[in-house]
Amino acid sequence: MVIKAENIAKRYFRKTGRANNFFAVKPVSLDIRSGGTAVLMGRSGSGKTTLLNMLSGLLSPTEGRVLIDDRDLYSLDDKALSLLRSEKIGVVPQGRSAVDTLTVFENILLPAALYGRAQPEKEAQMWMERLNIADLRDVRPAELSGGELRRMAIVRALAHNPEVLFADEPTGDLDDENTHLVLSAFQEYAHEKNKAVFIVTHESDALGYADLVYRMEDGNLTVERQ
Amino acid sequence: MKIFSLAVKNLVRKPVRTMVLAMIIAFLSLAVFGGSVVVLSLRSGLNSLEARLGADIILVPSEAQSKVSFQNMFLQGTTGAFYMDENVLEKALEADGVEKAAPQTFLASLKADCCSIKIQVIGIDPEQDFTVQPWISRSLSREMGDMDVAVGCKVEAEVGEIIRIYDERCKVVARLETTGTGLDTAVYCNMETMNHLLKAAEDKGVSHKIGSGDQVISAVYVKVRDGYDIDSVNSWLNGHIRKVTAVRTRNMITGVSDGLAGVSRTVTFLIAAVWVLAVVILLLSFVLIIRERSREFAVLRLIGASRRMLSGMVLLESALCGLLGGLIGVGVAALLIFPFAQLIESTLNLPYLIPDMGKILLLAAGTVLLSIAVAPLSGMMAAYRLSRIDPGTTLREGN
Ligand SMILES: Nc1ncnc2c1ncn2[C@@H]1O[C@H](COP(=O)(O)OP(=O)(O)OP(=O)(O)O)[C@@H](O)[C@H]1O
Ligand SMILES: [Mg+2]
Repeated sequence: MVIKAENIAKRYFRKTGRANNFFAVKPVSLDIRSGGTAVLMGRSGSGKTTLLNMLSGLLSPTEGRVLIDDRDLYSLDDKALSLLRSEKIGVVPQGRSAVDTLTVFENILLPAALYGRAQPEKEAQMWMERLNIADLRDVRPAELSGGELRRMAIVRALAHNPEVLFADEPTGDLDDENTHLVLSAFQEYAHEKNKAVFIVTHESDALGYADLVYRMEDGNLTVERQ
Repeated sequence: MKIFSLAVKNLVRKPVRTMVLAMIIAFLSLAVFGGSVVVLSLRSGLNSLEARLGADIILVPSEAQSKVSFQNMFLQGTTGAFYMDENVLEKALEADGVEKAAPQTFLASLKADCCSIKIQVIGIDPEQDFTVQPWISRSLSREMGDMDVAVGCKVEAEVGEIIRIYDERCKVVARLETTGTGLDTAVYCNMETMNHLLKAAEDKGVSHKIGSGDQVISAVYVKVRDGYDIDSVNSWLNGHIRKVTAVRTRNMITGVSDGLAGVSRTVTFLIAAVWVLAVVILLLSFVLIIRERSREFAVLRLIGASRRMLSGMVLLESALCGLLGGLIGVGVAALLIFPFAQLIESTLNLPYLIPDMGKILLLAAGTVLLSIAVAPLSGMMAAYRLSRIDPGTTLREGN
């Protein structure tokens, strides 16, 4: 077990119908275990990204707590939380996520470079080749397509060997072949390196690579397949 | 180190953004450095003028006042020609409270066949003189002999050269240091030489004879003994020596100090205005930068950068822009100020003496430090805002 969420919920203050606050994610507990791939499906606006952000240390829940190795993520100060996220958690966010002044390769190595750690050049190269972006190594992000940028973000997350990898719609703008490459890379990463992978997606293709499937509806999380 | 190299890459790979910030700061540094050098130059010009005058009171023939403005006497070197009997010197020395008194005699050469250059000649008594002689001694270790002249730094004559003044051959034995005043355009000689020149001038039809003595003088420089009131001595001299006017040197150069104060005020005001303008523009630029870069900072947060790293990066980048802008500003100011010193001097019509290299370097270093400080200060708000970006929300916007 790597991450344990205890009754976490996110409430936003916004006028919706009669009430002026609502739960984007209703109280839920779950464990994210190493050695497997979990897939979270659900309609748009159901709260998937909100849950992923809370689990990955990016968004503090309004209720409950998130434990990583028995440490409460959101009780850490910014410095400690940032370092912990940098060392243990990889995130592929929903949108574009490149630093425009850096090349693809520099972007991929940046998480380690920020902290002066040894830069995982070999892993980076290997994953870039696996995902067919090796020839884009020295290109600046402004020149890349959406799908290429997405694969860059995926390599950036994989190359640093995080204990948990969160990916928010990682195959949204990929063709079938690349979707397969990415999903099987995740599956292999989880199984062979004994890490945890947590994927948010709309695509039913992903189900074939999942060890565990969750479904989200209006902020309610249910386990669909064990 | 890692944040440093990221900051440098951000600057180098966004050259337009970097240059815009640097140019705003360069403008500021140009104003601060340029303005300060001008004010300092004027101040040292005034100090040097005061030192050269060295006297508390100057006695001149009463008629001199109508002939020449006293201020011009020392600023532009147009001493003019006015003469009085040499016994004025003895009378002055008799006065109670006078510590030292020394004569000077002025003669203007002509731009004509008889003279190689048109120049103001000033005769001094090296033994008694306490205003110009100390300055001459700095460039010439021995005394000036007969028909020797020392030339001010703006006179076009080299040491060893012979110049003709009313057909008399005079040997240039020294070039004097710059004072930044009208004294730089004059030629100095001893009283014997001056007598020769006066006679030679007379032969050419220029008359100076006054009274009975065989020597004429143009002015007597008086130093008042400590403890005596300069104004009382001044009025005593005015009342007891006929046809002579005693003028306090302080009054002669108040015009200069007033002018200097005016220029200082203007420059200070300009610097302040440029400051306000630059800081406002910097703040606005940072607001734009916050908008432009929020996504980039959200990505950095996403991959584990702490708030401290991010605000450090913003401050570092702006400090580097400040350094660049500061250097550009000082460089441009130096290119404008030093080659055009002459023009500035004649435009302001005030004594102007560029301070020594040490002071200038210190001023340049201070200006650059200021430039390095001002950018991060204006960027503090941006640093705070960018470091508190919420990556979850920001990265979802505008996919
Ligand atoms: N900062 C916020 N303030 C108010 N409401 C928010 C905020 N962030 C998200 N929401 C709302 O919470 C709900 C869940 O949003 P979330 O982004 O988690 O959906 P999602 O399942 O990821 O959708 P999609 O598949 O379109 O990405 C939505 O109704 C959204 O409008
Ligand atoms: Mg989402």
